[in-house]
Parts: sequence; structure tokens; C-alpha cells
Amino acid sequence: MTVLVIAEHENGALAGATLHTITAAQQIGGDLDVLVAGNGCDAAAQAAAAIAGINRVRVADDVSLEGQLAENMADLIVSLASDYSHVLAPATTFGKNFMPRASALLDVSQISEISAVISADTFERPIYAGNALAKVQSADSIKLITVRTTKFDAANAEGGSAAIETVAAAPDTGKSRFEGVAASESDRVELTSASIVISGGRGMQSGDNFPMLERVADKLGAAVGASRAAVDAGFVPNDYQVGQTGKVIAPDLYIAVGISGAIQHLAGMKDSKTIVAINKDSEAPIFQVADYGLVADLFDAVPELESEL
Amino acid sequence: MKVLVGVKRVLDPQVKARVNADKTGIDLTNAKMTMNPFCENAVEEAIRLKEAGTAEEIIALSIGPAKAEETLRNALALGADRAILVHTEETLEPLAIAKVFKAIIDAEQPQLVMVGKQAIDDDCNQTGQMLSALLDWPQATFASKLEINGDTAKVTREVDAGLETINVNMPAVVTVDLRLNEPRYASLPNVMKAKRKPLDKKDLADLGLDTANRMTTLEVMEPPARAAGIIVESVSELVNKLKNEAKVI
Ligand SMILES: Cc1cc2nc3c(=O)[nH]c(=O)nc-3n(C[C@H](O)[C@H](O)[C@H](O)COP(=O)(O)OP(=O)(O)OC[C@H]3O[C@@H](n4cnc5c(N)ncnc54)[C@H](O)[C@@H]3O)c2cc1C
Ligand SMILES: Nc1ncnc2c1ncn2[C@@H]1O[C@H](COP(=O)(O)O)[C@@H](O)[C@H]1O
Repeated sequence: MTVLVIAEHENGALAGATLHTITAAQQIGGDLDVLVAGNGCDAAAQAAAAIAGINRVRVADDVSLEGQLAENMADLIVSLASDYSHVLAPATTFGKNFMPRASALLDVSQISEISAVISADTFERPIYAGNALAKVQSADSIKLITVRTTKFDAANAEGGSAAIETVAAAPDTGKSRFEGVAASESDRVELTSASIVISGGRGMQSGDNFPMLERVADKLGAAVGASRAAVDAGFVPNDYQVGQTGKVIAPDLYIAVGISGAIQHLAGMKDSKTIVAINKDSEAPIFQVADYGLVADLFDAVPELESEL
Repeated sequence: MKVLVGVKRVLDPQVKARVNADKTGIDLTNAKMTMNPFCENAVEEAIRLKEAGTAEEIIALSIGPAKAEETLRNALALGADRAILVHTEETLEPLAIAKVFKAIIDAEQPQLVMVGKQAIDDDCNQTGQMLSALLDWPQATFASKLEINGDTAKVTREVDAGLETINVNMPAVVTVDLRLNEPRYASLPNVMKAKRKPLDKKDLADLGLDTANRMTTLEVMEPPARAAGIIVESVSELVNKLKNEAKVI
């Protein structure tokens, strides 16, 4: 059995999601290879080789992999697939984009967003926004899997010295062209890797009030998130969104401010270790999952929180 | 341009899903069903393309039980021109759904196919990507903006880092995100009119495709419940608890 993990990386750095995906791969067992694909991904390949327990790092470095377009990524994975029993990628927008495409080209079903490895062919995955867990067994000869990263600890990024081998990129399909990413600029820790997150919802009333949360975040070394309603209303950019259709996170501490606690929001944060809710409505469903609830007007409570820290 | 949109019938997102007694799935008896929210955005976008003169015809496709006819009638009421129901009472995996889509697309030859980025029941997020692979077309997933310029489309994609822009050749498969547009409601006269719009019913078996599932669901379980904690009286009590009880700050 040999497992391939597709590394997510950006500007030379491996994404944290890669380390969590590697842990899922280790639970499946067998030899473990990592594929680093992109345009100018030498540093990411070096970082992957340093991860403990990797057999081999395969690097496809080519201009056609700029922006990791799904068509070229899927063709690359298909060209390597015969060496593997399992191919894993994180269930982030990175992995979700090309993995189903590669699966269809290989004529296999993809097992989306696994939350546990039961055995080499049996996995657990959330369905219905996490309101149920399905235990599924795959009969496909090669298993393509995306991994819910919050359900697996990060693998040790150090202590390994895997061989690095170059592989050829697949011919550019020319079907699509990458133009660029408009990423929101922030010096703050990234939402999915932060150990503390403070999120604001519709109750924040305006984007102009988010600096109030940012000041608390600065004191706690936290990231700032949001509900879909807050993003839809234009208070903050889309990459802040936590939930079923946004980011799934599980920090040590999650503080929900002016968020009601809809099923779809809970789907993205209910595995947090400690949950705090600040809401003026004592009936808000968020209190049903909060370890500590404070029934208060957020415009009083948040500035007070900032000064108490 | 002909546009084909996928619409799936799912449990209403406001309803809490409950595992059935024999732990084989979700109890859908008498449950409120609706069009998958992302599919509403796909239908809406198709209608706007038609209103702008970019699209001439909108075909809505659903694969599912006889009752999916309601979902298709809803798409027709919103503005689709005709609908196709591929009938099966089985629950198919996205790979099989994509194969059915391909068979219909081979016959209909649309230049644009739009599906939701994910179905809120299986949460798979696979069908559009798989379909574009089977068609050997480009894909643009998680679209929050779509601009058609002749034989290419410029698509803004919601990704974890922010907003990504790509250009794809047409024909293409686009999977749509909720912020692509604000879906309209069907007016009563349009609901009445939709009853007379063409709805073509096919039986899955007649398509002669291999749609066998590759996965077996061994069990469906309730997730571990999270117990509600306590209500604190003040911000200072909260900070104290976080420091000394939960020890998270
Ligand atoms: C298919 C689908 C996918 C979705 N995906 C997501 C997702 O990924 N993430 C997500 O978050 N949602 C998602 N949603 C939306 C979700 O259903 C809710 O609509 C959304 O989470 C509500 O956001 P909110 O809690 O900020 O707003 P509301 O529900 O409007 O709640 C606002 C809360 O703020 C409180 N409040 C108001 N003023 C104050 C004040 N001054 N002080 C204190 N409290 C105050 C109110 O009491 C209320 O509880 C999805 C919905 C659908 C249909
Ligand atoms: N049975 C179906 N009938 C019509 N469209 C479907 C069906 N299943 C999936 N789709 C489309 O594919 C999208 C993604 O579904 P999924 O890959 O299951 O998350 C949905 O939003 C629909 O647009």
C-alpha cells in the first residue's frame, strides 16, 4: 500500500492543511509520498521533505501549474495514480477543486471530507452540515479522498529527510487560464491555523464595527472570522466565513459575537474546544453549544472584554 | 447559447436532519423538501443570462425520485424553459450523477452547464468537477461572479485565500456559490404557467449507463452532542473562567 498526499502550499510555504492531511494518510498506513505541484515550488518541496515519516517527495514544477488549475492538476495526478492505493488532499478549496476531477478521470468515486479513518477502505464523513456522520466503505481500487483537516492533528513538520524527485507536469490543456488571487491583507494569524478565533455576525451591524473585534483579537493573538450573514452584508471579505460552506475550524477558543448559531454556522466551528457566545438574545441557539454564554449587548460587552484582557 | 442547470431536491436547510431508526440514513418521511440552495443560484444566473440576451434557452435537469418533478416545476416557474427528469428512486453517487448529466448533455449540446458547488445533503462538492472531466471541458468552481465574453468566460472563484479569477474556454462547467446572485421568488402567474411548460421524463435504466455505487454506507450515526455550558453574569466572570477554568487564554 502506498499513499500519495497532494501538498497545499503558497509562496514557498506548506499550508498547515498539508500536515493534517499527512496524519490522515499515516492512519491509513503504508508508504507515504507527497506531491508538490506548482510554478516555483522548490521551497515547499524542501519543507515537505523535512516532514517526519515521508518516503519520497515528488515535485512537478512548471509554468502550466501556476495557480494550480484543476485541469492540469487532475491530469498530473492521473499520470501518477498507478503507483498508489490512496490519494489524499485537504478538503480546502484547493483540494475540492481538482480531486473530483481526477476521480472522474480514473472512474472512481471520491470520498469527500473524511473525519476519521476506520480502516484502509472504510471512513467516516459528516453529511447534512455535520448533523450526521456516515460510515462508508469504498470498493474502488484506488481511493481518492479529501480530508477534513480539523479532525486530524498536524504531523511533525521536522525530523524527516525524504528524497526529492522531479516528475513531469502533464501537458497544459490550455482550457483555462489563471489570472490571479485577490487575497485580503492581514498580519493576523490565518483563520484555520489560529488557536483562538473571534467571529462577528449580523449583530455587528456594519464592517465599521469589526475593528472592535480586531482589538480583542490583537490582545489574544487571535484570528477574526464571521458568519455568512456578515459576509453577505459586506461587513468583511468572503475568506472570513466560518461554516458548512465556508471554513471549518476547531480552535481552542471560539468567541461568537452577535451570531445566532444557525446549523450551517455551527457546522464550521462546533468542534472548537471552548466556545463562548456573546448575544443579547438569551434564546439564541448558539447558547446551546456554548461553554460560556454571556447575554449582553455586544457594543457594551466587547469593549469591556478588550479592557479586561 | 443553450444553458443547462442541475437542480437537486434536498431536505430544507432550515430543518434539522435526524438519523432514522435503523441507522441507514436520514429520516425524510414527511420532511419538508426544497431545491438545493446552490441550485437556486444556478437557475437565477441562467435566467439573468437569458434576460441579458446571452442565453436563448434554459434546460433544468434533475436526477431523482418522481417527486423531484416539484423541484423542476419550481425551476420552470422561476424561468427555465423546459425540464428533464431522469427518474430513479436510488440514491446515486456524484460520479453516477455526472455520467447521467453527460448523457443528457451529449444529446442537448448546451454551451454552458451550471450546477451548485455542493448539495447540502451529501455535502460532496464533486458533481460539477466530475462532469467537466467526463466532458473534457474546463471547469470553474465556487463561482461568485460570471462574465461571458463570446467563447470564453471570466469567473471569480471564492477560495480560502480570497477571490481568484480564471478564464475558461466555452463550453464550460461552472459550479456556483451562494454569493453569485440573489435568487428571485416565483410569482403566482409564473407558477401557473410552469405547469404547462415541457417536462420530459426518462427512466434511468433506459439510458444504459453504469451507475452502480462504489461505496456502501455501513452506518449513519448522530454526531456526539455538545452539552450546553453555563451562562456567566459579567465580562469579568467570563475572563476569569477562560483564564482559570478553561485555561484557554
Ligand atoms: C446552503 C446554506 C449554506 C450556509 N452556509 C453558511 C456558512 O457557511 N456559515 C454561516 O455562518 N452561515 C451559513 N448559512 C447561513 C445561516 O443559515 C444563517 O443565516 C447565518 O449563519 C446567520 O448569521 P448570523 O448569526 O450572523 O445572523 P442572525 O441569524 O441574523 O443573527 C444575528 C444575531 O446577533 C444578535 N445580536 C443582534 N444585535 C446584537 C447586539 N447589539 N448585541 C448582541 N447580540 C446581538 C441577535 O440576537 C442574533 O442572534 C448558510 C445557509 C444556507 C441556506
Ligand atoms: N440528483 C441530482 N440532480 C440534479 N442535480 C444534481 C444532482 N446531484 C447533484 N446535482 C448537482 O450537483 C451539485 C453538487 O452536488 P454534490 O456534488 O452532490 O455536492 C448540486 O448542487 C446540483 O446542482
